[in-house]
Amino acid sequence: MTELSNQKPQRKAVALISGGLDSLLAARVVQEQGVHVEGINFYTGFCVEGHTHAIRKKDKEKQKRNNALWSAEQLGIKLHIIDISEEYKDIVYNPKHGYGSNLNPCLDCKIYMVNQAQTWADENGFDFIITGEVIGQRPKSQRKETMPIIARESGAEDRLLRPLCAQNLMPTLPERQGWVNREELLGFTGRSRKPQFELAKKFGFEDFAQPAGGCCFLTDANYSKKLADLWEARGEKHYELDDIMLLKVGRHIRPKPNFKIIVSREEGENNFLRGYRKEFTTIHTVSHGGPLTLVEGTFDKEDLKLAAQIVARYSGGKSADKVTVEVDNFKGSSYVMDVKPMAAHEVLEEWHI
Amino acid sequence: MSKLDQAEFLRLIDVIENFEVLECYRLLCPMPVIKTQNKLKDMQVGEYLKVICTDPGTMADIPTWSRINDITVIGFAEFDDHTIQFLLRK
Repeated sequence: MTELSNQKPQRKAVALISGGLDSLLAARVVQEQGVHVEGINFYTGFCVEGHTHAIRKKDKEKQKRNNALWSAEQLGIKLHIIDISEEYKDIVYNPKHGYGSNLNPCLDCKIYMVNQAQTWADENGFDFIITGEVIGQRPKSQRKETMPIIARESGAEDRLLRPLCAQNLMPTLPERQGWVNREELLGFTGRSRKPQFELAKKFGFEDFAQPAGGCCFLTDANYSKKLADLWEARGEKHYELDDIMLLKVGRHIRPKPNFKIIVSREEGENNFLRGYRKEFTTIHTVSHGGPLTLVEGTFDKEDLKLAAQIVARYSGGKSADKVTVEVDNFKGSSYVMDVKPMAAHEVLEEWHI
Repeated sequence: MSKLDQAEFLRLIDVIENFEVLECYRLLCPMPVIKTQNKLKDMQVGEYLKVICTDPGTMADIPTWSRINDITVIGFAEFDDHTIQFLLRK
């Protein structure tokens, strides 16, 4: 191998790849300047991608893909996926900068991810970090005031480059050092997506993902409501990975403060919930077709009867005088009982989480 | 990389003989990909890994991840027990 002594070493950047258009474009803009780019993607447990598609049968026929992987393939770069789901809990419990409109700790999340990317960059000999942030794009985390906060509190400081809006920010180290040409970076601002679409067209990107609420379940009002209910029922902010998976599945109904039921809505969810039979008491209908249901919380036989009446409501026997259900305790015992299905108006609206 | 039928996959496994096994039962994407990635980090170039998954999403994600990270998918198959099994070479 020969190397000219005056040849500049190729600089290396790690790009936060979410699977959305902005991070895809940001990485490509820097690639275009001859920088070696690799991607990093973080798994928090709240990622929208994959899970619900994998669970629900009605989605089975849809083309499934992980958009972060798809982005990396479009860019021709390696993608390193990091599981931060355990450490991420502290951010969800106590975000220093507070929540967004739901339980989304977007600013703290971005700070944490950039910090993790910085650590990864240090360990792997990369020179700087790229994100697809655009000033004004998101109301909580992508504002002009939050940009320096992310850079400072993540520890990345001026090694954090936002190629899509760099021209509206102070020059960063990669720009000052000439690793990238500032003139070839962009000055996007605001919520309009038009400049991104034009840039995507220029680069020949088609079929890119455009998640409306971002890629995180915590931005979803219904999901956040279920998580808040879980915390309230437990008397503390606490969750395990299985808890947050189950919040994505089925109807969640809390007829009494001490317990709730998770009623599957279709076969795919039925199959998924079946995997939890060794951890939860379950109810399924015997005399009629019906959903598998998990019971979560502390409950007695009367509570289980109430739960069974609700389950019967969602079974094929909802109009029958009685429905036979089987209650299976996760410890192995089981019993059968007949219940009268609840009428629609008896399943109170406020029970639905 | 190719999707095989069960018999073809089992024949491949018979031929390879020496491989490590990674179980990803009940894990949903991207966890099987992350576990595969982390397992392969500790393996030598040329070694084989069989990954057993239950999430159908892995049929798209593991081959894509493998393509962009220079890992060879020798083949994969869906089994009657609802598992999807992959044979990879680092």
